[in-house]
Amino acid sequence: MHQGKGHQRVLVDGSELIVESSVRAGADVFIGYPITPANRIFQYSGSRFQTVLAAPDEITALQWMAGFSATGKLPVTATSFPGLALMVESINMAYMMELPMVIILVQRLGPSTGSATCGAQGDLSLLSGLISGGYPMPTFCISRIEDCWDMSAAAVTAAVELRSPVILLTSKEMVMTTRSFEVTALEEVGSVRWNLHAGNDAYRPYQPEENLVPRFLPLGNDLHQVRFTSSSHDRHGLLRHGDSEALANTLRLKEKMERNLSTFIHYELDEEAAADVLVVSYGVTAPAAREAVAHLRQTGTRTSLFVAKTLCPIPQAYLDTMERYRRVVIAEENQDGQFRQLLFGRRGRAGVSGVNAVGRMIDPHDIIKEVEQHVR
Amino acid sequence: MCDRHFLSSEPLHFCGGCGHHLIARNTEKALQRVTDLRPLDVILVTDIGCHGIIDRSFLTHTIHGLHGRSIALAAGISAGLDAPGKKVIVFIGDGGATIGLQHLIEAAHRNFNMTVVIHNNMLYGMTGGQSSGLTPCGYKTKAFPEGQPYVGYDLCRKANNVGAAYARRVIGTGDFSGYLEEAITTPGFSLVEVVEVCPSYGAKRNPDRTLTEIVKQAGLKVQLYSHPPRESYSRPKRTPVASLLDHNTAIPLTHASTLANPRSLSINGSAGEGVQSAAGIFARAAIAAGLHVTKKESYPVTVGVGFSTSELILSPDPILYTGIPAPDVVIITSQDGLERSGVTIGRMKRGLVLIDESLDAPETAARVVQRNFRGQAGPRSATLVALFHYLGVDPIFPTNSLTNAVQQSKLSGKLNLERMMATSCA
Ligand SMILES: Cc1ncc(C[n+]2csc(CCOP(=O)(O)OP(=O)(O)O)c2C)c(N)n1
Ligand code: SF4
Repeated sequence: MHQGKGHQRVLVDGSELIVESSVRAGADVFIGYPITPANRIFQYSGSRFQTVLAAPDEITALQWMAGFSATGKLPVTATSFPGLALMVESINMAYMMELPMVIILVQRLGPSTGSATCGAQGDLSLLSGLISGGYPMPTFCISRIEDCWDMSAAAVTAAVELRSPVILLTSKEMVMTTRSFEVTALEEVGSVRWNLHAGNDAYRPYQPEENLVPRFLPLGNDLHQVRFTSSSHDRHGLLRHGDSEALANTLRLKEKMERNLSTFIHYELDEEAAADVLVVSYGVTAPAAREAVAHLRQTGTRTSLFVAKTLCPIPQAYLDTMERYRRVVIAEENQDGQFRQLLFGRRGRAGVSGVNAVGRMIDPHDIIKEVEQHVR
Repeated sequence: MCDRHFLSSEPLHFCGGCGHHLIARNTEKALQRVTDLRPLDVILVTDIGCHGIIDRSFLTHTIHGLHGRSIALAAGISAGLDAPGKKVIVFIGDGGATIGLQHLIEAAHRNFNMTVVIHNNMLYGMTGGQSSGLTPCGYKTKAFPEGQPYVGYDLCRKANNVGAAYARRVIGTGDFSGYLEEAITTPGFSLVEVVEVCPSYGAKRNPDRTLTEIVKQAGLKVQLYSHPPRESYSRPKRTPVASLLDHNTAIPLTHASTLANPRSLSINGSAGEGVQSAAGIFARAAIAAGLHVTKKESYPVTVGVGFSTSELILSPDPILYTGIPAPDVVIITSQDGLERSGVTIGRMKRGLVLIDESLDAPETAARVVQRNFRGQAGPRSATLVALFHYLGVDPIFPTNSLTNAVQQSKLSGKLNLERMMATSCA
């Protein structure tokens, strides 16, 4: 790593950190289709990945990724809502086939093509329902510049360890703003290890291990037949029409995520003694929340801070933490509080309120105002 | 008799008389004829449709994906394996080939190593016999009981147009394994379109029509469309950079700053006049003076014309929130920049507006300072000159730090630095 004496400040953007960390964590292939604000990730990948392919559209991008993944390569792409929309069916396919890959979603203002150069946090509701049937799609979110490094590695690792597509969620501001950065602050990132089937016993691609994740073998290997299937299937990877084994296999996909959640749960909790307000945020709004909480503390309002980084499935620890606070203020850059609704449903909970904005970043003062209004 | 079996001997799961049977059996024969090819050298990629349920009967590797996407999936597999000894075969219907036409064109064009076998029964079998893009004009389907009203695609010619070395249409009766063998042994992308019949939906509505006659009436040729073989796709052997961080050298701390609170700057000029590079140099100079910096760019979609804006935050402390609701300083070097920042300036209640003297001074409560940026070293250097002027008006760090940063930049040597500094610090 960068052995630095003191001042080791460089000028970087989040995209550079994301690409570098992903490769170090074991990503092999980048498949891109241009879209603002994800273009810098494509650009840096062009010089850093061993294999880079420019796809003719986002459906192809995802299918190529699935093909690479099925041969034991870890593919990554970066897109924004319009591209994600085209990928949805193929992401479901990869989820059902249990093929590892990382999809970096750089949010911009929607609906539709919206405003390409305006950031947003508008896609969480979509992500939470991305898999038909309501199966959780592991979703990590970048909540500070250092997370471009840490969460990218976490996403690659989780994809391989869970044998699943994984979403790395971010927003325009995080990946397109250049900033001074202390490279010495970065932790070493090691390459993830694939849990491969070994030995002479026939390989069953969907035979779960104890942690409910089946071992992997690539298509084309010389020793064992491999069958991957997108339709309902048994442990051999053969299509079955809703029989009990196939159904159990499908239900396992949800259990697999929940059973292993503790290995991929990331959040920050900065509690202040005797605080009865908890400021909750994630993604591009989290730095504003951090500033707001620092200011509130300085001015004598006891406040705690919760920053979520694993967004799907929602860990029980999040709800338990929030339960302990009379007042919970959730800040996110969207209209109706998508995270708030994921946590507390449409009815909400007494004492829970939101700070929201559309078409602009949430200012720390917006959060301070909301907290002070309730504390007085 | 060959002892290598690619297809199980059990009955296949298609309706009686379905043309899909023959394709599977002919594929088995063809594979057996390829010397030294073993079942685990073959990856069968199947689409969604009746033909797709064949995967259970193949003893090769199999992967069963989405409707219409199997060719793209196969392309990823082929590129992932990148092994000429392995054979990727796609089974797809005329329906799948229609919805996934782009994938077929792309795979043929890039020459991914694979053989695509189109099961052209001229309709969507699995969904009940509707027409596809390959249904010949006049062929009766559930969707068009009077007959398909328009001409279908000729996919062999399409594939040939984009460079497929081997694209052949065959009538799906009898033994056509020789053609499949030819395709399978062709390096790169190859295609065999087998015209066959779906007894359940096709034969019923179109009795007494032979495949040969249907194909002839449709103006389709039962023939090979070929090109001399060309290099097939292989993952480029390239050496990527070892680290994106290594080439991004740390900026040494050489100066000190007097700044006590964050300061936000909005620098507005015209595209092509070096706004972004000047702002980048200024950011490095600030870092060298111990400050934390963020920098954002904005310009219209057509990057070569109109405004170009760079927004900076400089701070003695780490910067968390990177938004700039209202800048402390607005620098304007051109008319485009003035138009871009007009609203912002109008709203400013304090702070500084530094504007080129050739422009009309705007109405604002901020302090306005007019200087000559454009005239001094030409429009391309106007932003850099303006930033030297800015440090003259608001000396948040020493001008020397900016001079150093310019000297270490790509602009070094191209500018008359002394003149810039002399005039700006005057
Ligand atoms: C995206 C999508 N749209 C529609 C379908 C429904 N569907 C299933 S099979 C099929 C058509 C199959 O026809 P073809 O590809 O010609 O194969 P065949 O059944 O004739 O062998 C369709 C439209 C689907 N599975 N996915
Ligand atoms: S419906 Fe048609 S295409 Fe499908 S299996 Fe039966 S005969 Fe074959």
